Formats: sequence, C-alpha cells, structure tokens
Amino acid sequence: MSEPVIVCDRLAVRLGGVQVLNGLTLSVFQGDFLGIVGPNGGGKTTLLRVILGLQRPTQGSVRVFGGEPGSQPKRTGYVPQRLFFDRDFPLSVGGLVLMGRLSRRRLFRPYGDRDRHAVDEALRTVGLQDLRDRQVGALSGGELQRALIARALAGEPELLLLDEPTASIDPAMKSSVYDLLETLRGSMTIVMVSHDTGIITKHVTRITCLNCTLDMHEEGSSLRRTPIGDIYDYPVDAILHNRPKSEGSES
Amino acid sequence: MSETVFGGILAFEFMRNAILAALLSSIACGIIGTFVVVKRIGFISGGIAHTAFGGIGLGYYLGVNPLLGIIPFSLAAALGIGILGKKLKVSEDTAIGTFWAAGMSLGVILIGLTPGYAPDLFSYLFGNILTVPTGDLVMIMLLDLLIVGVVLLFNREFLAISFDEEYAEVSGLKSTALYLLLLALIALTVVVMVRVVGIVMVIALLSVPAAIARNFSRSIPSMMGVATVLSFLFSLAGLALSYIFDLASGATIILVAATAFFMVQGWRFLSVWRQGR
Repeated sequence: MSEPVIVCDRLAVRLGGVQVLNGLTLSVFQGDFLGIVGPNGGGKTTLLRVILGLQRPTQGSVRVFGGEPGSQPKRTGYVPQRLFFDRDFPLSVGGLVLMGRLSRRRLFRPYGDRDRHAVDEALRTVGLQDLRDRQVGALSGGELQRALIARALAGEPELLLLDEPTASIDPAMKSSVYDLLETLRGSMTIVMVSHDTGIITKHVTRITCLNCTLDMHEEGSSLRRTPIGDIYDYPVDAILHNRPKSEGSES
Repeated sequence: MSETVFGGILAFEFMRNAILAALLSSIACGIIGTFVVVKRIGFISGGIAHTAFGGIGLGYYLGVNPLLGIIPFSLAAALGIGILGKKLKVSEDTAIGTFWAAGMSLGVILIGLTPGYAPDLFSYLFGNILTVPTGDLVMIMLLDLLIVGVVLLFNREFLAISFDEEYAEVSGLKSTALYLLLLALIALTVVVMVRVVGIVMVIALLSVPAAIARNFSRSIPSMMGVATVLSFLFSLAGLALSYIFDLASGATIILVAATAFFMVQGWRFLSVWRQGR
C-alpha cells in the first residue's frame, strides 16, 4: 500500500470574506496523476497554494509528505500558471532552470556538477537543450511553459504541482506538454490543475472537479452522470476514465 | 616655486581621493543598483536615502561624523519600509512617503537644535566628491567590502527573489528575510554614495547605470560589471567637467548620467523606428 503524499481533511479557506474552499477532503497517493478541473474561481489555484504552504487554511488540516505544507521544498516541484516578469530581465533559460536547484542547495555553497547535470537532464526532458543560452524574455509562450516545467524538474521532485500549464499556449504545444507529462507519469506524483476537460482525462489516473467543494471521480466513471453540468455553466466534453490503473494509484 | 609644487601635490591628493571615492561608490552602486533596477525598488531606495537626512541631523547634533549618523537611520528606514510592506501589508508607497518625510523632518529639527552653523550641510545633500576626507574613504571602503561580501554569499538567493519571489518561497527560501537584507544593503550603499552625489540624488546613480547596463547584459553578473564601469565613467566625467567649469560636482555627475540615459533611450527609439520601416 502506497503512502499518501497529500492528505487534506475538511479543508476550508476563506479569502477576503469569500469561501474559496469548503469541506475539502482529499488524498493523493504516491504515483497518482490527479487532474483538477473546475470553473474559474473554483479554488483550484488556492488548493495548490495551500499544498505548497503559501496559503494557510482557515479550517481543517493539510499534510504533505506527512508534515506541514511547505516544510519539504526538496521533494516538491511547482509550475506556476503564468509568470510575470520583465521581458528584458537578464537571465538565460539555463539560469532559470538552475533556480530549480535552489531547494537542494545549501547556503553559501556554489552550484556544482550535480546541479548542472540536473539542469541538462531537465532541459533534455522538456526538449529545450538547444535554447539553454536563449534569454528567458525571448521565449515563446510554449517554450516558456516548458522552461518552467524544466525548472521544477531540475529539483528532482517527488511531487509535481502544475497550475494550468497549458492555459496560454496553442493546441499543438498543448499536446506536447501532455506528452511530456505522460513520460513523467508514474515516476513522480503529479497534481495538475487544468481547463482542458477533454484532453486531461486521457492522461490522468484520477480527476476531481473543484468548485469550492469537491467531486472525486475514479477511473471508469463518467462525469456525465455526475453533477459536472452544475459545476460548469457551459457544455462540458464527455469525460470518461478508461485507462488501466497505474500501480501507484492503488490504495 | 615651492608653492606651486605644494599646490600640485595638494591637487593630486584631493584628486586621488575623489577618484578613489568615485571607484568605491561605483562598485557599490553597480552591484546594488542592478538589484534595484531588476526588482523595481528605485523609490524604496529614494525613501531610504532621504530618511537618512535624519541621520545627518543627528550627526551634527551629537557632534559626530554625519556619515556615522546616516547608518542607523538608513538601516531603520530600510527595515521599517520593508516590514510595514511585507508583514503589515501597508502599501509601500505610503510607507516610503512617511519615512521619507519623517526622516527629513527629524533632520531639519536636529540641525535647528544644533548651536551654530551646520558646515558642509550642502555637500551631504548634493554631494561633493572633491572634499572627501581620507577617514570617510576608509569607512566607504569597509562598507564596500561588506556589501560585496554579502552579495557574493547571497547572489543566487537575491536573483531568485528578484525574478520570482513566489518560487523562491516555494523553494524554501526565507524570501522576506532576504528582501530585508537586500534593503539593508541599499541602506549601506546610500552611506557609500552620500559623499559623491548626496542623499537627494543617490536614486539616480543607483538606477541609471544599471538601467543602461541592462540593455547590454545577458546575465545579472555582467549587468553588475557594466553598471559599475558606467557609474565610474559618469563619476569621472562629471568630476572632470565640474573641475574645468567650476560646477557642483554631484549635480554634474548626475547630469552626465542622465544625458547618457536619454542618449541610450534615443538610440533604442531610433533602432525600433528603423526596424518598423
């Protein structure tokens, strides 16, 4: 039986008087690829921020790797939804990805061969090895997104959290990001927030719909028979889980 | 005969101090100015510098070197503005404005309470690179060493909080503490630069060389190097012009820097315009 990586118990978050998350109970197990879909403002990003330790829950508890959220940065990788930065910030792709090693770096110790090797590896994984010396501001949206994934991978995380990694890129790039995640599947626990209700189901082992509260859908069940129509106020693609379960998701 | 030789040595002596002051202050402002520009904290730096006027007043009041008085005031302003903004979520504009005016008011009152005339007050406000005493040079050098040392130790962390503060936090960095440390280094840089350009104009030398350097740099360390060289060149050119035409040295240095800034912007405008045709 695999260890739960994330355990949320009756989690509730209020932000500025608005109930963003309410009564959320969720376990994510080692090797899971959990997809979180739901409308804007449904609390998806807030849930990731709670798991990262950037946002304190108002009620309930969250344990990540059995401890406080944010207490084990070495084991956690994070891909933000968008990155706001000056286009002329003097930083190369290699330098950006090297920042992923910060969580593993000891203070006052310079980066070493081990770090550079991890950066090479991460750049190869996302297919950006030829753009290592390119300035970050000169990247296209899809390249930047892959660079951010590489930054998270460079830290060699056991848990990868992605916040709408395909939100700002074109369909061709989307499928390349999904192909990339497919190669990572099983080697680490992945939690991904997404709007791509159609494509996401081909890849994830479990999917949840988050709109303040939670609907969990195991593989094999169809969302059509669930209240997803109530959650989204626009038509939703049929979502059917028909992948064989990966070993890690047995619990 | 002997009088002209003596005059030559004297000229050499104060010129040497002036050039050394320009070099030392350029090192601090190239390195710290780079973070000021990429992290867009120019006006926090302006606030810290102006609050330091309270320290100058304190120095006069207590009869000690005003540079020594600046250190606690600029550090208090740096930490005060940083903590109010980060911990108490006070708008940084508001915190800067309050510290800025309160520091200057304290300075005015302390100088008013000091019996007699405050000599050299103008040089602390607007700088006078031609009259830097050797004792101040030693202090500037020590502060420079401290600034360079801390940046060498924390350069990756400072880069991380400048580029993506949230990711730095997720990586387990104490981003607020690092930010306060960076502000404290800005406070010390203000002390280093007061003799050259004065507290009122520190903000220009902290931002202009680094802002120009950004156009020609592909990494933070190279931006620091280019900014340091530019700052030194501006200071030397300003020093020479002020000596030849008998102008206020701090203001001349700033105007040289500003002229270079506008020329670079003009050149960028032209190259964009040419591409557009």
